Amino acid sequence: MKYAYYPGCSQEGSALDYGKSTGALCAALGIELAEIPGWSCCGSTPAHAVDTQLSAALCVRNLDLAARGGADLVVTPCPSCLSNLRLATDRMKEPVFRARVNELLDAPAVEDLPDSTSVMQLIGRVFDADTLASRVSKPLAGLKIAPYYGCLMSRPADVMQFGDPENPTLMETLLAACGAEMVEFPLKTVCCGASFGIPERPLTALNSGRILELATRLEVDVVAVACPLCQMNLDLRQKQAARAEDANFHMPVLYFTQLMGLAMGIAPEHLGLDQLCVSAQPLLRKLEAARAAASGTEAKGGKA
Amino acid sequence: MRIGVFICHCGSNIAGTVDVAEVTERARRYPDVVYADDPMYTCAEPGQAAIEQAIKDHRLDGVVVASCTPRMHEPTFRRTVERAGLNPYMFEMANIREHVSWIGKDKEANTNKAAELVLMAVEKLRRNRPLAPKSFEVTKKVLIIGGGVAGIQAALDCADGGVPVILVEREATIGGKMAKLDKTFPTVDCSACILGPKMVDVAQHPLITLHAYSEVEDISGYVGNFQVKIRKKTPYVDWSKCTGCGACTEKCPSKKTPDAFNEFMGDTTAITIAFPQAIPKKAVINAPYCRKLTSGKCGICAKVCPTGAVNYELGDEVVVETVGSIVAATGYDLMDWSVYEEYGGGSYPDVITGLQYERLLNASGPTGGHIVRPSDGREPKDVVFIQCVGSRDKSVGRPYCSGFCCMYTAKQAVLTKDHLPDSQSWVFYMDIRAAGKLYDEFTRRAMEEYGTHYIRGRVSAVYPDGEGRYVVMGADTLMGEPIEIKADLVVLAVGIEASAGAPKLAEKLRISYDNYGFFMESHVKLKPVETNTAGVFLAGVCQGPKDIPASVAQGSAAAAKVLDLFARPQLQSDPQIAQVNYPRCVDCGKCIRCCPFGAIEEVNMRGVGKAQVIETVCQGCGICVATCPQGAIQLSHSTDNQILAEVNALCRF
Repeated sequence: MKYAYYPGCSQEGSALDYGKSTGALCAALGIELAEIPGWSCCGSTPAHAVDTQLSAALCVRNLDLAARGGADLVVTPCPSCLSNLRLATDRMKEPVFRARVNELLDAPAVEDLPDSTSVMQLIGRVFDADTLASRVSKPLAGLKIAPYYGCLMSRPADVMQFGDPENPTLMETLLAACGAEMVEFPLKTVCCGASFGIPERPLTALNSGRILELATRLEVDVVAVACPLCQMNLDLRQKQAARAEDANFHMPVLYFTQLMGLAMGIAPEHLGLDQLCVSAQPLLRKLEAARAAASGTEAKGGKA
Repeated sequence: MRIGVFICHCGSNIAGTVDVAEVTERARRYPDVVYADDPMYTCAEPGQAAIEQAIKDHRLDGVVVASCTPRMHEPTFRRTVERAGLNPYMFEMANIREHVSWIGKDKEANTNKAAELVLMAVEKLRRNRPLAPKSFEVTKKVLIIGGGVAGIQAALDCADGGVPVILVEREATIGGKMAKLDKTFPTVDCSACILGPKMVDVAQHPLITLHAYSEVEDISGYVGNFQVKIRKKTPYVDWSKCTGCGACTEKCPSKKTPDAFNEFMGDTTAITIAFPQAIPKKAVINAPYCRKLTSGKCGICAKVCPTGAVNYELGDEVVVETVGSIVAATGYDLMDWSVYEEYGGGSYPDVITGLQYERLLNASGPTGGHIVRPSDGREPKDVVFIQCVGSRDKSVGRPYCSGFCCMYTAKQAVLTKDHLPDSQSWVFYMDIRAAGKLYDEFTRRAMEEYGTHYIRGRVSAVYPDGEGRYVVMGADTLMGEPIEIKADLVVLAVGIEASAGAPKLAEKLRISYDNYGFFMESHVKLKPVETNTAGVFLAGVCQGPKDIPASVAQGSAAAAKVLDLFARPQLQSDPQIAQVNYPRCVDCGKCIRCCPFGAIEEVNMRGVGKAQVIETVCQGCGICVATCPQGAIQLSHSTDNQILAEVNALCRF
């Protein structure tokens, strides 16, 4: 199967670290991602808020490019891009809609558009937990992680096909295979405030604050995310959230790809950890300490 | 033959899209038709009188009415022609309403189709023969399946009317769901106190035979004479010796047995008596948890039993009963609410169902009637009730309203305040459905006198806050804003579905059921107690969601139907059944093997084997007719010749 990689705009800007870590992780896992040549924006929130046909045209342009490049599956790290791509594919099944979208494009799109999926689902599809665990060189043992999917990854359920929309568990499977301790995180699909960070900042602060507060109370070391916007709200805007909650947070918020990358032994600088606002240093130190302790006992065991 | 045809207007129901006068005009030209008319309402008194008059005036010996479905008025018109002296089977009906006027707007096409349907009916009628029903004896005894309040009411009313009752209950005690309730709305009287006496009446009534801890295994036969096989599951206790003293339950060492009667809010012993007022008050061993039955080591209950009733070797017993009528009153179960992952999917100990809350409120429940949190035994301060969890929710495939949750939630809020005066209750609702007598007044009291906060809106998530409480996130749609409440206990008004196994029982009873397992009544409005199988009636929630007063009313209604059936000295069989043309029969036996009712037997006629139809058992399905290689079996009133005549009328070219 040939995968076409659709990074999405944020990977070029606010989520450089997501793009970097996705690339490094997939390379380490031997998953070949060929970026769609000449890809363009999916339209993000503004396009579909104004016109579903225009939004679909932007997505179909990219799907069409992928199809002409011979791809069977389009893979993107961003849930928002994925939502747009999958909705467009669904809507193109309706002949009148398809005709209108084709009018907007330079040339009509190919008849059979490729399916699209997330990087997380692709890894879950290629590797079962045991195989994945066998690839781990630096286990995340000693790390307590709250998985946070955001609201878009699993919803709408029939479009995203991501398991139970209220309680997805794929991220837990992947990170647990990397040796981490996963906590039950009840807010895993509750909205972070999304794009309201710009027009309605108090709302985003309140929503993100709720998530950070519970994560802090559950005494996790890190919140693992899969969405560039969630990451931005929880990390970049952590001080705003803290002010809304009248609290003081120091919660590293890492992409699941960064955490998995660490487990695969990829150096932090290749995973974009330096891009984080809340430093991941305590986390790395904890991992180091846990590893040292483990090897210490091993060494002792060897002597005895 | 002299045939009269009546084309009904049905007001504008038919005349609106069918040229009734034109159909009447064409009918006059059909063979053997000597009279045709188009009354406004044929089923009304003047319409029926006109048919009777026409039969006399025109010496008719057959009548066709073209109107609605025969399921509606065929029996009506059969009686009409009978009153005028004709055999009731010298009558045919053409359905030009449901099959024509209601489904098409093209008047010309409708008129043509209606005229053709009338011609088919005329051609069939020309070949009709007078038929006479046979009379047969009725076993004046009724089987009632389910010992909840509906079944109890039906049993008592039938027995008081002089009819012997066989009451079969799946659980070890009768009482059903009502026995689990603490109080009942809108009067807040004790459920066990009002149900208890009725349960005792069942036990003491000389005409009621109770088979508790039993299930109906097989049903054969027909109205008047059903044969029923009942499996009495073994309780491992000889109930004829058991006095219900409870010594065994006190000494049983297997104290971690899940307590189904208490909705799993606590543990019980492997040998139990469900609750103090249980009827019959007999002990039952829960086999998978009994040490003696699983490991062979224990036997304490047998040792302490003063009457020597415990018997680990006791097996199931099967009894066979013959009854004339059956009442299904199998009630309901809660839907599996664990699909609601946003409420924890069943993983949070302090998020419980309304039925579980009833057990917490109840003095004979696991906490002795003290409201405490299952997680830590603390008294809750803030209690949140969430309505419509599995009701009116298409996203989980439950589009219907469960009917009584609005009311019991209001009751539970009132009781919460009574038990814990410092508590605060919150109710998230979609609409308050309080349509019964004194119901709306009751919900208002819950709000105004008991200070319950009613919030109109759905709950999007419930999650533990990490400090032992729960955050309930929802929308207040009246204020148009999101709302969050910290709760100590969350009670879900979980939607209901037909009780487990209802579809299987329906198949044994040969009655229909809907997508959710509820049994189908014969007519939604006009025959809510009857089913499409003669002699089988419905009572209570097995037919659809209803509260206690409605269940009791339907229990009585079902009993009235049974008493009505048994008030007749004999029943008459439907003569529209299969008949064997003996000279043609070659005794191949195919009809005997294919008959789903066992209605055909082999008989010896002067040394030759022949098939013979048992008239009272045959249901007239026609499977044997299609199977017979010799064409020796024919269905009276639907012979091959009659069907072919109809086909020929339709396909003339």
